[in-house]
Amino acid sequence: MEFKTYSSPHLPVSASVSAMMQRVLLALLPGIACMTWLFGWGIVINILLASLTAVLAEAGVLLLRKRPLAPLSDGSALLSGVLLALALPPLAPWWIPVIGSLFAIVIAKQLYGGLGYNPFNPAMAGYVVLLISFPLELTLWSAPGAQPGFADTLVHVFGGGLPAGQTLDTLTMATPMDGIKTRLGLSETLSEMRGSPLFGSFAGAGWEWINLWFLVGGLWLLQMRVIQWQIPVGMLGGLAFIAFVFYAVNPDIYSTPLFQLFSGAAMLGAFFIATDPVSACTTPRGRLYFGLGIGLLTYIIRTWGGYPDGVAFAVLLMNMAAPTIDHYTRPRVFGHDS
Amino acid sequence: MTESAASFTRPKTAAFDRLYTFHGGLKLPGHREITAARPILSAGVPATLVLPLQQHIGQPAESLVQPGDTVYKGQLIARQVGTMSATLHASSSGTVVAIEDRPVPHPSGLLAPCIIIKTDGLDRYLEQTDAAADYSHMDRGELCDRIRDAGIVGLGGAGFPTQVKLGRCERRLELLLINATECEPYIACDNRLLQERAAEVIEGVRILQRVLLPDECIIAIEDGMTAAEEALRSALASGNETGIRVTRVPEIYPTGGERQLIKVLTGREVPSQGFPADIGIICQNVGTTAAIHDAVVKRQPLLSRIVTVTGDGIAQPQNFETLIGTPVSHLVACAGGYTQDVERLLIGGPMMGYAVADDDIPVTKTLNCILAVSHGEMPAPPPAQPCIRCGKCTAVCPADLLPQQLYWYAHSSNLDAAQDYNLFDCIECGCCASVCPSHIPLVQYYRHAKMEIWAREKQKNSSDHARQRHEARLSRLDRIKQERAERMARKKQALSSDGGSSDMKKAAIEAALERVKRKKEQAGTPPKNVDNLTPEQQQLIAAADERRQHKNESD
Repeated sequence: MEFKTYSSPHLPVSASVSAMMQRVLLALLPGIACMTWLFGWGIVINILLASLTAVLAEAGVLLLRKRPLAPLSDGSALLSGVLLALALPPLAPWWIPVIGSLFAIVIAKQLYGGLGYNPFNPAMAGYVVLLISFPLELTLWSAPGAQPGFADTLVHVFGGGLPAGQTLDTLTMATPMDGIKTRLGLSETLSEMRGSPLFGSFAGAGWEWINLWFLVGGLWLLQMRVIQWQIPVGMLGGLAFIAFVFYAVNPDIYSTPLFQLFSGAAMLGAFFIATDPVSACTTPRGRLYFGLGIGLLTYIIRTWGGYPDGVAFAVLLMNMAAPTIDHYTRPRVFGHDS
Repeated sequence: MTESAASFTRPKTAAFDRLYTFHGGLKLPGHREITAARPILSAGVPATLVLPLQQHIGQPAESLVQPGDTVYKGQLIARQVGTMSATLHASSSGTVVAIEDRPVPHPSGLLAPCIIIKTDGLDRYLEQTDAAADYSHMDRGELCDRIRDAGIVGLGGAGFPTQVKLGRCERRLELLLINATECEPYIACDNRLLQERAAEVIEGVRILQRVLLPDECIIAIEDGMTAAEEALRSALASGNETGIRVTRVPEIYPTGGERQLIKVLTGREVPSQGFPADIGIICQNVGTTAAIHDAVVKRQPLLSRIVTVTGDGIAQPQNFETLIGTPVSHLVACAGGYTQDVERLLIGGPMMGYAVADDDIPVTKTLNCILAVSHGEMPAPPPAQPCIRCGKCTAVCPADLLPQQLYWYAHSSNLDAAQDYNLFDCIECGCCASVCPSHIPLVQYYRHAKMEIWAREKQKNSSDHARQRHEARLSRLDRIKQERAERMARKKQALSSDGGSSDMKKAAIEAALERVKRKKEQAGTPPKNVDNLTPEQQQLIAAADERRQHKNESD
């Protein structure tokens, strides 16, 4: 009798890439729900546009490369699309998520060889291209809680029309990070701004809750062992540390560590974006440094850079450094001296 | 001075009374309940025994028998060659029918020289004494010789000749470690051995203590082995034995690996390219210990071992006392045969064992488990996807390697980088591959890369050799040329420096002229063998001469 032969180990496999991606998507849901509740249907429309474009672009490139379409089922393109969409403002025109997603998948991912070979985080590469090319469209955040209805949003996103009696200026509002930056530029101190609608209970208005829910999702990912602790701890620790140092020096112009941790894309970045394993460091110690670098760079760009938030740039910069960090952080091998 | 004094006054040993952990590892389902609860049965005497000459690490043994020879049970049929080798005995009586290449347990379906014995079913010894031997008068050397002559090798799977291991410890031995942790799922032969023959195992340990004089001795068992532990403890108590401890270690794969077990029990790491003896420890499998008992006390060489036959592809899973050389097919038949939906046949456990295509292979000294499974129990691996560097493999690697980087380099045939990332510290335990979400057969890649490196090394050695020979030849030719040139120069110099004596020059010229003249004369001499020619031949010669003449003239 002829038996089948395979290489060891022989136990049935437990994990799969698609299951990991599904869990990440699941963990995003609380944060997405909170964003939608605060900013309205524009968030959902962005997600649908970006993820649909991502999946179609992935399929298109795979067809062009004459590769099997099986990788579509791993969910990685879908996840890139969703992560990109979460960085986009709810009132952005339809072509913003489409262009960003196309760049993310076609240029940043597939041209480098597809899943597993991209040196840069595709979603952040797509976002940065949009940020540099269309800075105005990326400021179209509505005021938290004052979102237009579903039909109005659709009309605006696809036709540019606005509800009667509304202008873009009445609908939109600077994000807390953006607003504070502008007013600090006008020599206002943070304590003078405290009462403004930019501030919520402990961080940016609205954004504190979004960050909280992304934190909840991220902790669940940690517990499910989909991600490991080094990158989130490194990034949030680095961010909180440098924020504390400057806050201690001058609390009038430097916001609290808590504000930094719960504003902008801090939690989304720490648990969902920086943890993209393909473009991050892969050694345990390297991941800690990688996260730390992102935290520090995020703060530096937020505080002294030209953009209100710095997570995307910080992630891309650290992506570049990842191979070098990996090289110098190899663990000591069993039975070796060093 | 102070240092040597310190080593003399050093406390006896670290107490080894706490457990340590090693990095990574996996908690795996045991699948041992059925076989661990059933008694060991005898697999009997099969019609044919197939005894490979190499069942150990090192040099194959050399056959001492011829086809047609009658052999008795326990008779030496192959002797060890060199130090790193082991002897081989007939495991039952019968007739040697052939010495030829047969398939042996090997992942590649390798053929290797085997002695084939047609058994007579009588299972007779040439001489057998039932009385237990008293070894109290035997010294270390005699005991070692007895163990060597019994053909004992590491029965845990490595097949390291035991006498070599015993002779290896140069320094003082701090710890003798008896490994009874099976660690791989499904395998229960050591567990069952302890349950049924604990006293013999302990006697074997005493013999080892006598040979090795260790400071401490620990028998390591796994958390789940309650019955085995009870048997051991009661045997220790009834023997009033206090020099041997029983320690339970957590059931984390691969704790049963020698290096990992030593780490767990002592916190020390065996050096990468070294042996446990380098850090004052010797580790022996519990089955080997029982074999040592048999060799010394029963004066019986290694003729059989316990094999776990299990999996959902086996009708009646069971442990069997199996004669070395028994065909696997015979053993499976003893266990009620295969079930309907059997699909894979593994030699060893599911993590490090290998799948074989055919059951026409013999049980060797190192074969501890036959695992037959259906598609339902172990489905075919799903197709591999790209590595996403998630690092799950790094988290479970007991050697602290970076499997994802090793894969990257092995995959791109960057063998230097793979070696730089310590590919050869990989113990092929399979933890990385079994957690890989991309289902990449990582271990296969590492094995392949190791093989490539070995092949490259071999090729490099032979090309080095060829290059050395080539260079030697070039320099030899050079030397000859130079010597000739020197000779010529000397001659020339001799001629020119003696330029004053033109006589010599003249003489040389005359001699040369003489030589030329003689040559010319020789050319003019008549051809030989033309004395007794037939008229036809003379005619032919004349015609030829004429043609030549004619030709010369026309020129």
